[in-house]
Amino acid sequence: MLKRLMILAALLLPSTVWAEERFITVASTTSTDQSGLFGHLLPLFQRDSGISVRVVAVGTGQAIKLGERGDADALLVHDRAGEDKFVAEGFGLDRRDVMYNDFVLIGPSGDPAVVKGLASVGEAFKRIAAAKAAFASRGDDSGTHRGELRMWKAAGVDVKAAGAGWYRELGSGMGPTLNTAAGMNAYVLADRGTWASFKNRQSLAIVVEGDKTLFNPYGSILVNPARHSGIKAADAQAWHHWLTGPKGQAAIAGFKIDGEQLFFPDAR
Amino acid sequence: MKMLDLSAACSTAIALVIGLDPQMLDIVRLSLLVSGSAVLLAALIGLPLGAMLALAEFPGRGVLVVTINACMGLPPVVVGLAVYLLLSRAGPMGRFGLLFTPSAMVVAQTVLVLPIVAALSRQVVADLWEEYGEQLRSLGAPRPVVMATLLWDGRFSLLTAVLAGFGRACAEVGAVMIVGGNISGVTRTMTTAIALETSKGDLPLALGLGIILIGLVTVVNAAVFLVGQAARRRMG
Repeated sequence: MLKRLMILAALLLPSTVWAEERFITVASTTSTDQSGLFGHLLPLFQRDSGISVRVVAVGTGQAIKLGERGDADALLVHDRAGEDKFVAEGFGLDRRDVMYNDFVLIGPSGDPAVVKGLASVGEAFKRIAAAKAAFASRGDDSGTHRGELRMWKAAGVDVKAAGAGWYRELGSGMGPTLNTAAGMNAYVLADRGTWASFKNRQSLAIVVEGDKTLFNPYGSILVNPARHSGIKAADAQAWHHWLTGPKGQAAIAGFKIDGEQLFFPDAR
Repeated sequence: MKMLDLSAACSTAIALVIGLDPQMLDIVRLSLLVSGSAVLLAALIGLPLGAMLALAEFPGRGVLVVTINACMGLPPVVVGLAVYLLLSRAGPMGRFGLLFTPSAMVVAQTVLVLPIVAALSRQVVADLWEEYGEQLRSLGAPRPVVMATLLWDGRFSLLTAVLAGFGRACAEVGAVMIVGGNISGVTRTMTTAIALETSKGDLPLALGLGIILIGLVTVVNAAVFLVGQAARRRMG
Protein backbone atom coordinates (compact mmCIF):
# COMPACT_ATOMS: atom_id res chain seq x y z
CA MET A 1 0.00 0.00 0.00
CA LEU A 2 2.82 2.35 0.87
CA LYS A 3 4.18 2.02 -2.62
CA ARG A 4 0.86 3.02 -4.10
CA LEU A 5 0.66 5.90 -1.64
CA MET A 6 4.02 7.10 -2.72
CA ILE A 7 3.17 7.04 -6.39
CA LEU A 8 0.02 8.97 -5.58
CA ALA A 9 2.02 11.44 -3.56
CA ALA A 10 4.47 11.84 -6.40
CA LEU A 11 1.60 12.57 -8.77
CA LEU A 12 0.01 15.05 -6.40
CA LEU A 13 3.09 17.04 -5.58
CA PRO A 14 4.12 19.45 -8.29
CA SER A 15 7.61 18.50 -9.32
CA THR A 16 8.80 22.05 -8.72
CA VAL A 17 8.73 21.32 -5.00
CA TRP A 18 11.90 19.30 -5.24
CA ALA A 19 13.07 21.17 -8.31
CA GLU A 20 15.10 18.90 -10.52
CA GLU A 21 18.31 20.65 -9.73
CA ARG A 22 21.71 19.06 -9.42
CA PHE A 23 22.27 18.46 -5.75
CA ILE A 24 24.10 16.37 -3.21
CA THR A 25 23.17 15.60 0.38
CA VAL A 26 25.72 16.33 3.07
CA ALA A 27 25.21 15.07 6.61
CA SER A 28 26.79 17.48 9.01
CA THR A 29 26.56 18.73 12.53
CA THR A 30 24.31 21.25 14.15
CA SER A 31 27.40 23.24 15.14
CA THR A 32 28.34 24.00 11.53
CA ASP A 33 24.78 24.59 10.38
CA GLN A 34 23.43 26.67 13.25
CA SER A 35 26.45 28.94 13.32
CA GLY A 36 25.48 29.99 9.79
CA LEU A 37 28.62 28.60 8.15
CA PHE A 38 26.72 26.62 5.52
CA GLY A 39 24.57 29.62 4.73
CA HIS A 40 27.84 31.37 3.85
CA LEU A 41 29.59 28.51 2.00
CA LEU A 42 26.86 26.87 -0.05
CA PRO A 43 25.97 29.80 -2.34
CA LEU A 44 29.68 30.22 -3.12
CA PHE A 45 30.08 26.54 -3.96
CA GLN A 46 26.94 26.55 -6.06
CA ARG A 47 28.17 29.55 -8.00
CA ASP A 48 31.47 27.79 -8.70
CA SER A 49 30.09 24.35 -9.51
CA GLY A 50 26.37 24.57 -10.29
CA ILE A 51 25.76 21.95 -7.62
CA SER A 52 23.53 22.74 -4.70
CA VAL A 53 24.15 21.10 -1.36
CA ARG A 54 21.36 19.90 0.90
CA VAL A 55 22.54 19.83 4.48
CA VAL A 56 21.00 17.52 7.03
CA ALA A 57 22.27 18.86 10.34
CA VAL A 58 22.36 16.30 13.13
CA GLY A 59 24.83 15.15 15.78
CA THR A 60 28.11 13.65 14.55
CA GLY A 61 27.04 10.17 15.73
CA GLN A 62 23.83 10.36 13.72
CA ALA A 63 25.58 11.94 10.73
CA ILE A 64 27.95 8.97 10.61
CA LYS A 65 24.96 6.60 10.81
CA LEU A 66 23.36 8.42 7.86
CA GLY A 67 26.59 7.88 5.95
CA GLU A 68 26.69 4.19 6.83
CA ARG A 69 23.18 3.75 5.43
CA GLY A 70 24.07 5.70 2.31
CA ASP A 71 21.61 8.49 3.05
CA ALA A 72 24.21 11.19 2.51
CA ASP A 73 26.82 11.63 -0.23
CA ALA A 74 29.44 13.24 2.01
CA LEU A 75 29.97 14.06 5.67
CA LEU A 76 31.39 17.07 7.45
CA VAL A 77 31.75 16.06 11.09
CA HIS A 78 33.97 16.42 14.13
CA ASP A 79 34.95 13.27 15.93
CA ARG A 80 38.31 12.04 14.73
CA ALA A 81 38.01 8.60 16.32
CA GLY A 82 34.53 8.05 14.86
CA GLU A 83 35.65 9.38 11.45
CA ASP A 84 38.63 7.03 11.27
CA LYS A 85 36.42 4.09 12.23
CA PHE A 86 33.92 5.06 9.54
CA VAL A 87 36.68 5.01 6.92
CA ALA A 88 38.35 1.87 8.30
CA GLU A 89 35.08 -0.05 8.11
CA GLY A 90 34.81 0.82 4.43
CA PHE A 91 31.85 3.20 4.69
CA GLY A 92 33.85 6.28 3.85
CA LEU A 93 36.70 7.37 1.60
CA ASP A 94 39.40 10.03 1.60
CA ARG A 95 38.96 11.71 5.00
CA ARG A 96 40.48 15.18 4.87
CA ASP A 97 41.06 17.92 7.42
CA VAL A 98 38.87 20.91 6.63
CA MET A 99 38.97 23.36 9.50
CA TYR A 100 38.93 23.64 13.22
CA ASN A 101 37.31 25.75 15.82
CA ASP A 102 37.37 25.26 19.53
CA PHE A 103 35.13 24.32 22.38
CA VAL A 104 34.49 26.78 25.16
CA LEU A 105 33.39 26.08 28.71
CA ILE A 106 30.32 28.12 29.48
CA GLY A 107 29.17 28.82 33.03
CA PRO A 108 26.67 30.84 35.04
CA SER A 109 27.71 34.30 36.21
CA GLY A 110 27.69 33.11 39.86
CA ASP A 111 30.49 30.64 38.97
CA PRO A 112 29.78 28.27 41.91
CA ALA A 113 32.79 26.03 41.12
CA VAL A 114 35.15 29.03 40.83
CA VAL A 115 36.60 28.12 37.44
CA LYS A 116 36.44 31.44 35.62
CA GLY A 117 39.70 32.29 33.90
CA LEU A 118 41.39 28.92 34.51
CA ALA A 119 43.85 27.99 31.77
CA SER A 120 43.15 24.26 32.03
CA VAL A 121 39.80 22.73 31.24
CA GLY A 122 40.86 19.59 33.14
CA GLU A 123 41.30 21.61 36.31
CA ALA A 124 37.94 23.30 35.71
CA PHE A 125 36.22 19.93 35.26
CA LYS A 126 37.81 18.66 38.51
CA ARG A 127 36.53 21.70 40.39
CA ILE A 128 33.03 21.38 38.93
CA ALA A 129 32.90 17.72 40.01
CA ALA A 130 34.29 18.55 43.48
CA ALA A 131 31.76 21.34 43.95
CA LYS A 132 29.00 19.15 42.48
CA ALA A 133 28.00 22.20 40.46
CA ALA A 134 25.30 21.56 37.87
CA PHE A 135 26.76 20.50 34.50
CA ALA A 136 24.61 20.10 31.40
CA SER A 137 25.89 17.42 29.02
CA ARG A 138 24.68 16.94 25.46
CA GLY A 139 24.34 13.21 26.11
CA ASP A 140 23.48 12.62 22.46
CA ASP A 141 26.58 10.92 21.05
CA SER A 142 27.44 14.05 19.09
CA GLY A 143 30.99 15.16 18.36
CA THR A 144 30.78 17.67 21.20
CA HIS A 145 29.45 15.01 23.57
CA ARG A 146 32.22 12.59 22.61
CA GLY A 147 34.78 15.38 23.09
CA GLU A 148 33.32 16.25 26.48
CA LEU A 149 33.49 12.62 27.65
CA ARG A 150 37.15 12.47 26.64
CA MET A 151 37.83 15.59 28.71
CA TRP A 152 36.12 14.15 31.80
CA LYS A 153 38.16 11.01 31.41
CA ALA A 154 41.37 13.02 31.11
CA ALA A 155 40.38 14.96 34.24
CA GLY A 156 39.95 11.66 36.09
CA VAL A 157 36.28 12.19 36.82
CA ASP A 158 33.89 9.28 36.34
CA VAL A 159 30.66 10.99 35.35
CA LYS A 160 28.83 7.70 34.99
CA ALA A 161 29.43 7.16 38.71
CA ALA A 162 28.34 10.71 39.50
CA GLY A 163 24.75 9.58 39.50
CA ALA A 164 21.86 11.86 38.69
CA GLY A 165 22.42 14.97 40.76
CA TRP A 166 24.86 17.47 39.35
CA TYR A 167 25.82 15.82 36.03
CA ARG A 168 22.80 16.00 33.77
CA GLU A 169 22.64 14.23 30.42
CA LEU A 170 20.09 16.05 28.30
CA GLY A 171 20.13 14.01 25.11
CA SER A 172 19.71 17.18 23.02
CA GLY A 173 21.42 19.22 20.36
CA MET A 174 23.78 22.06 21.21
CA GLY A 175 21.15 24.79 21.12
CA PRO A 176 18.57 23.02 23.30
CA THR A 177 21.35 22.09 25.73
CA LEU A 178 22.39 25.75 25.99
CA ASN A 179 18.75 26.74 26.52
CA THR A 180 18.45 24.21 29.35
CA ALA A 181 21.81 25.17 30.86
CA ALA A 182 20.70 28.81 30.85
CA GLY A 183 17.51 27.77 32.61
CA MET A 184 19.23 25.81 35.36
CA ASN A 185 22.43 27.85 35.69
CA ALA A 186 24.61 24.93 34.73
CA TYR A 187 28.09 24.68 33.25
CA VAL A 188 28.13 23.39 29.69
CA LEU A 189 30.71 22.60 27.05
CA ALA A 190 29.82 24.20 23.70
CA ASP A 191 31.45 24.74 20.35
CA ARG A 192 32.35 28.35 19.81
CA GLY A 193 30.32 28.70 16.63
CA THR A 194 26.99 27.73 18.17
CA TRP A 195 27.76 29.83 21.24
CA ALA A 196 28.59 32.88 19.12
CA SER A 197 25.26 32.75 17.32
CA PHE A 198 23.22 31.69 20.37
CA LYS A 199 20.79 34.34 21.54
CA ASN A 200 19.14 33.11 24.75
CA ARG A 201 22.23 33.38 26.99
CA GLN A 202 20.61 34.75 30.15
CA SER A 203 23.39 34.64 32.81
CA LEU A 204 25.73 32.34 30.87
CA ALA A 205 29.19 33.42 29.73
CA ILE A 206 32.46 31.85 28.67
CA VAL A 207 34.48 30.78 31.72
CA VAL A 208 37.34 28.76 30.21
CA GLU A 209 38.79 29.00 26.70
CA GLY A 210 42.05 28.64 24.86
CA ASP A 211 43.21 25.32 26.39
CA LYS A 212 44.62 23.20 23.56
CA THR A 213 42.50 20.21 24.64
CA LEU A 214 39.54 22.33 23.53
CA PHE A 215 40.75 22.10 19.93
CA ASN A 216 37.89 20.86 17.73
CA PRO A 217 38.88 19.70 14.23
CA TYR A 218 36.37 18.98 11.47
CA GLY A 219 36.83 16.42 8.73
CA SER A 220 35.21 15.93 5.33
CA ILE A 221 34.60 12.34 4.22
CA LEU A 222 33.14 10.93 1.03
CA VAL A 223 30.56 8.19 1.46
CA ASN A 224 31.81 5.07 -0.30
CA PRO A 225 29.67 4.70 -3.46
CA ALA A 226 30.46 0.99 -3.58
CA ARG A 227 28.37 0.37 -0.46
CA HIS A 228 25.02 1.64 -1.75
CA SER A 229 23.52 2.49 -5.08
CA GLY A 230 22.48 6.03 -5.78
CA ILE A 231 25.40 7.82 -4.11
CA LYS A 232 26.33 10.88 -6.15
CA ALA A 233 30.04 10.20 -6.08
CA ALA A 234 31.26 12.66 -8.71
CA ASP A 235 29.35 15.68 -7.41
CA ALA A 236 30.22 14.80 -3.82
CA GLN A 237 33.87 14.69 -4.86
CA ALA A 238 33.55 18.15 -6.40
CA TRP A 239 32.27 19.43 -3.06
CA HIS A 240 34.97 17.58 -1.12
CA HIS A 241 37.71 19.03 -3.32
CA TRP A 242 36.24 22.53 -3.30
CA LEU A 243 35.90 22.55 0.48
CA THR A 244 39.48 21.43 1.03
CA GLY A 245 40.82 23.47 -1.89
CA PRO A 246 41.86 27.14 -1.97
CA LYS A 247 38.38 28.53 -2.72
CA GLY A 248 36.60 26.63 0.03
CA GLN A 249 39.36 27.32 2.51
CA ALA A 250 39.25 31.04 1.76
CA ALA A 251 35.47 31.01 2.12
CA ILE A 252 35.72 29.34 5.54
CA ALA A 253 38.24 31.95 6.71
CA GLY A 254 35.94 34.68 5.46
CA PHE A 255 32.98 33.60 7.59
CA LYS A 256 32.58 35.91 10.57
CA ILE A 257 29.93 36.67 13.15
CA ASP A 258 30.20 40.16 14.66
CA GLY A 259 33.67 40.44 13.19
CA GLU A 260 34.84 37.23 14.88
CA GLN A 261 36.23 34.40 12.74
CA LEU A 262 34.67 31.15 13.93
CA PHE A 263 36.33 28.44 11.84
CA PHE A 264 39.96 28.20 10.84
CA PRO A 265 40.77 26.36 7.62
CA ASP A 266 43.48 23.72 7.98
CA ALA A 267 43.29 21.49 4.91
CA ARG A 268 46.66 20.35 3.60
CA MET B 1 8.24 33.42 29.67
CA LYS B 2 8.57 37.11 30.32
CA MET B 3 6.07 39.58 28.91
CA LEU B 4 8.88 41.13 26.96
CA ASP B 5 9.48 37.86 25.11
CA LEU B 6 5.83 37.52 24.25
CA SER B 7 5.53 41.04 22.89
CA ALA B 8 8.79 40.57 20.99
CA ALA B 9 7.32 37.37 19.54
CA CYS B 10 4.14 39.15 18.50
CA SER B 11 6.01 41.97 16.82
CA THR B 12 8.30 39.43 15.12
CA ALA B 13 5.24 37.57 13.85
CA ILE B 14 3.66 40.78 12.60
CA ALA B 15 6.88 41.88 10.90
CA LEU B 16 7.19 38.49 9.19
CA VAL B 17 3.61 38.59 7.96
CA ILE B 18 3.70 42.21 6.82
CA GLY B 19 7.13 41.88 5.23
CA LEU B 20 5.98 38.75 3.33
CA ASP B 21 9.47 37.39 3.88
CA PRO B 22 10.04 35.16 0.80
CA GLN B 23 11.84 32.50 2.82
CA MET B 24 8.96 32.34 5.25
CA LEU B 25 6.43 32.18 2.41
CA ASP B 26 8.29 29.15 1.04
CA ILE B 27 8.15 27.49 4.44
CA VAL B 28 4.44 28.21 4.81
CA ARG B 29 3.74 26.98 1.30
CA LEU B 30 5.63 23.75 1.91
CA SER B 31 3.90 23.17 5.25
CA LEU B 32 0.46 23.59 3.71
CA LEU B 33 1.37 21.52 0.66
CA VAL B 34 2.80 18.62 2.65
CA SER B 35 0.09 18.53 5.31
CA GLY B 36 -2.64 19.21 2.75
CA SER B 37 -1.47 16.37 0.48
CA ALA B 38 -1.20 14.02 3.44
CA VAL B 39 -4.72 14.87 4.58
CA LEU B 40 -6.08 14.49 1.06
CA LEU B 41 -4.51 11.04 0.71
CA ALA B 42 -5.64 10.05 4.19
CA ALA B 43 -9.19 11.16 3.39
CA LEU B 44 -9.25 9.29 0.07
CA ILE B 45 -8.30 6.09 1.87
CA GLY B 46 -9.65 6.75 5.35
CA LEU B 47 -13.24 7.74 4.57
CA PRO B 48 -14.13 4.58 2.59
CA LEU B 49 -12.11 2.49 5.02
CA GLY B 50 -14.01 3.94 7.98
CA ALA B 51 -17.36 3.41 6.27
CA MET B 52 -16.40 -0.15 5.35
CA LEU B 53 -15.44 -0.89 8.95
CA ALA B 54 -18.74 0.51 10.16
CA LEU B 55 -20.87 -1.56 7.81
CA ALA B 56 -19.06 -4.76 6.96
CA GLU B 57 -19.20 -7.79 9.20
CA PHE B 58 -16.14 -9.97 9.14
CA PRO B 59 -14.14 -11.90 11.71
CA GLY B 60 -11.49 -9.79 13.39
CA ARG B 61 -13.32 -6.54 12.77
CA GLY B 62 -13.25 -5.66 16.45
CA VAL B 63 -9.50 -6.14 16.58
CA LEU B 64 -9.06 -3.97 13.49
CA VAL B 65 -11.26 -1.21 14.91
CA VAL B 66 -9.34 -1.19 18.19
CA THR B 67 -6.03 -1.17 16.31
CA ILE B 68 -7.03 1.78 14.15
CA ASN B 69 -8.39 3.65 17.17
CA ALA B 70 -5.12 3.02 19.01
CA CYS B 71 -3.13 4.24 15.99
CA MET B 72 -4.67 7.69 16.45
CA GLY B 73 -2.01 8.01 19.14
CA LEU B 74 0.94 6.88 17.01
CA PRO B 75 4.05 8.77 18.13
CA PRO B 76 5.26 10.88 15.18
CA VAL B 77 8.90 10.10 15.95
CA VAL B 78 8.26 6.38 15.64
CA VAL B 79 6.38 6.81 12.37
CA GLY B 80 9.20 9.04 11.14
CA LEU B 81 11.76 6.42 12.05
CA ALA B 82 9.80 3.62 10.36
CA VAL B 83 9.38 5.64 7.17
CA TYR B 84 13.06 6.61 7.33
CA LEU B 85 14.12 2.95 7.49
CA LEU B 86 11.83 2.21 4.56
CA LEU B 87 13.13 5.05 2.35
CA SER B 88 16.79 4.97 3.39
CA ARG B 89 19.18 3.97 0.60
CA ALA B 90 19.94 0.91 2.72
CA GLY B 91 16.19 0.21 3.04
CA PRO B 92 13.72 -1.62 0.80
CA MET B 93 12.62 1.51 -1.10
CA GLY B 94 15.92 3.32 -1.12
CA ARG B 95 16.32 3.28 -4.88
CA PHE B 96 13.47 5.74 -5.34
CA GLY B 97 15.57 8.46 -3.71
CA LEU B 98 12.64 9.81 -1.73
CA LEU B 99 14.38 10.34 1.59
CA PHE B 100 14.79 14.00 2.56
CA THR B 101 12.17 15.12 0.03
CA PRO B 102 8.67 16.54 0.55
CA SER B 103 7.23 13.24 -0.76
CA ALA B 104 8.78 11.41 2.17
CA MET B 105 7.16 13.90 4.51
CA VAL B 106 3.78 13.36 2.84
CA VAL B 107 4.12 9.60 3.29
CA ALA B 108 4.95 9.93 6.99
CA GLN B 109 2.14 12.38 7.67
CA THR B 110 -0.36 10.26 5.75
CA VAL B 111 0.46 7.35 8.06
CA LEU B 112 -0.15 9.65 11.03
CA VAL B 113 -3.40 11.13 9.75
CA LEU B 114 -5.00 8.03 8.23
CA PRO B 115 -5.99 6.36 11.55
CA ILE B 116 -7.61 9.59 12.76
CA VAL B 117 -9.73 9.97 9.63
CA ALA B 118 -10.59 6.26 9.48
CA ALA B 119 -11.44 5.90 13.17
CA LEU B 120 -13.58 9.04 13.37
CA SER B 121 -15.41 8.37 10.12
CA ARG B 122 -16.10 4.79 11.21
CA GLN B 123 -17.85 6.20 14.29
CA VAL B 124 -19.82 8.76 12.28
CA VAL B 125 -21.01 6.17 9.74
CA ALA B 126 -21.78 3.61 12.44
CA ASP B 127 -24.01 6.12 14.23
CA LEU B 128 -25.81 7.00 11.00
CA TRP B 129 -26.23 3.33 10.18
CA GLU B 130 -27.92 2.80 13.53
CA GLU B 131 -30.32 5.62 12.71
CA TYR B 132 -31.09 4.91 9.06
CA GLY B 133 -30.07 1.27 8.73
CA GLU B 134 -33.60 -0.03 8.87
CA GLN B 135 -34.73 2.30 6.09
CA LEU B 136 -31.79 1.59 3.82
CA ARG B 137 -32.13 -2.13 4.37
CA SER B 138 -35.83 -2.03 3.46
CA LEU B 139 -34.93 -0.21 0.24
CA GLY B 140 -32.57 -3.06 -0.53
CA ALA B 141 -29.75 -0.74 -1.48
CA PRO B 142 -26.48 -2.50 -2.34
CA ARG B 143 -23.62 -1.93 0.11
CA PRO B 144 -21.55 0.53 -1.98
CA VAL B 145 -24.63 2.72 -2.36
CA VAL B 146 -25.31 2.52 1.37
CA MET B 147 -21.70 3.47 2.09
CA ALA B 148 -21.82 6.43 -0.28
CA THR B 149 -25.20 7.56 1.07
CA LEU B 150 -24.06 7.47 4.68
CA LEU B 151 -20.76 9.20 3.89
CA TRP B 152 -22.67 11.94 2.09
CA ASP B 153 -25.18 12.24 4.96
CA GLY B 154 -22.38 12.53 7.47
CA ARG B 155 -20.27 14.93 5.43
CA PHE B 156 -20.32 17.75 7.95
CA SER B 157 -19.19 15.51 10.80
CA LEU B 158 -16.66 13.89 8.48
CA LEU B 159 -15.27 17.29 7.63
CA THR B 160 -14.47 17.72 11.31
CA ALA B 161 -12.70 14.35 11.25
CA VAL B 162 -10.61 15.51 8.30
CA LEU B 163 -9.85 18.80 10.06
CA ALA B 164 -8.69 16.87 13.11
CA GLY B 165 -6.29 15.06 10.81
CA PHE B 166 -5.13 18.34 9.30
CA GLY B 167 -4.45 19.72 12.77
CA ARG B 168 -2.38 16.67 13.61
CA ALA B 169 -0.37 16.96 10.37
CA CYS B 170 0.30 20.69 10.74
CA ALA B 171 1.34 20.39 14.36
CA GLU B 172 3.71 17.42 14.27
CA VAL B 173 7.44 17.89 14.07
CA GLY B 174 8.91 14.49 14.96
CA ALA B 175 8.15 12.68 11.72
CA VAL B 176 8.94 15.44 9.22
CA MET B 177 12.18 16.21 11.04
CA ILE B 178 13.45 12.65 10.56
CA VAL B 179 12.29 11.92 7.01
CA GLY B 180 12.63 15.48 5.72
CA GLY B 181 15.89 16.39 7.42
CA ASN B 182 14.85 20.05 7.91
CA ILE B 183 16.89 21.05 4.85
CA SER B 184 16.80 24.79 4.30
CA GLY B 185 14.67 25.66 1.26
CA VAL B 186 13.81 22.03 0.52
CA THR B 187 12.16 20.32 3.47
CA ARG B 188 11.90 23.01 6.12
CA THR B 189 8.35 23.37 7.42
CA MET B 190 6.83 25.66 10.01
CA THR B 191 7.28 23.16 12.83
CA THR B 192 10.87 22.21 11.99
CA ALA B 193 11.73 25.89 11.59
CA ILE B 194 10.26 26.56 15.03
CA ALA B 195 12.32 23.70 16.50
CA LEU B 196 15.43 25.08 14.78
CA GLU B 197 14.97 28.66 15.98
CA THR B 198 14.28 27.39 19.49
CA SER B 199 17.55 25.48 19.42
CA LYS B 200 19.35 28.61 18.24
CA GLY B 201 17.94 30.37 21.28
CA ASP B 202 16.03 32.84 19.12
CA LEU B 203 12.89 32.46 21.20
CA PRO B 204 11.02 35.52 19.87
CA LEU B 205 11.44 34.31 16.26
CA ALA B 206 10.44 30.75 17.23
CA LEU B 207 7.36 31.98 19.03
CA GLY B 208 6.59 34.40 16.20
CA LEU B 209 6.59 31.50 13.73
CA GLY B 210 4.40 29.59 16.19
CA ILE B 211 1.88 32.42 16.22
CA ILE B 212 1.81 32.40 12.40
CA LEU B 213 1.27 28.62 12.35
CA ILE B 214 -1.64 28.88 14.78
CA GLY B 215 -3.04 31.72 12.67
CA LEU B 216 -2.80 29.62 9.51
CA VAL B 217 -4.56 26.64 11.05
CA THR B 218 -7.25 28.99 12.33
CA VAL B 219 -7.75 30.47 8.87
CA VAL B 220 -8.09 27.01 7.30
CA ASN B 221 -10.60 25.97 9.95
CA ALA B 222 -12.57 29.19 9.58
CA ALA B 223 -12.72 28.73 5.81
CA VAL B 224 -14.02 25.19 6.19
CA PHE B 225 -16.51 26.33 8.81
CA LEU B 226 -17.88 29.09 6.57
CA VAL B 227 -18.14 26.81 3.55
CA GLY B 228 -19.93 24.24 5.70
CA GLN B 229 -22.38 26.81 7.00
CA ALA B 230 -23.12 28.15 3.54
CA ALA B 231 -23.73 24.62 2.28
CA ARG B 232 -26.01 23.83 5.19
CA ARG B 233 -27.99 27.00 4.63
CA ARG B 234 -28.44 26.27 0.95
CA MET B 235 -29.84 22.86 1.86
CA GLY B 236 -32.29 24.57 4.20
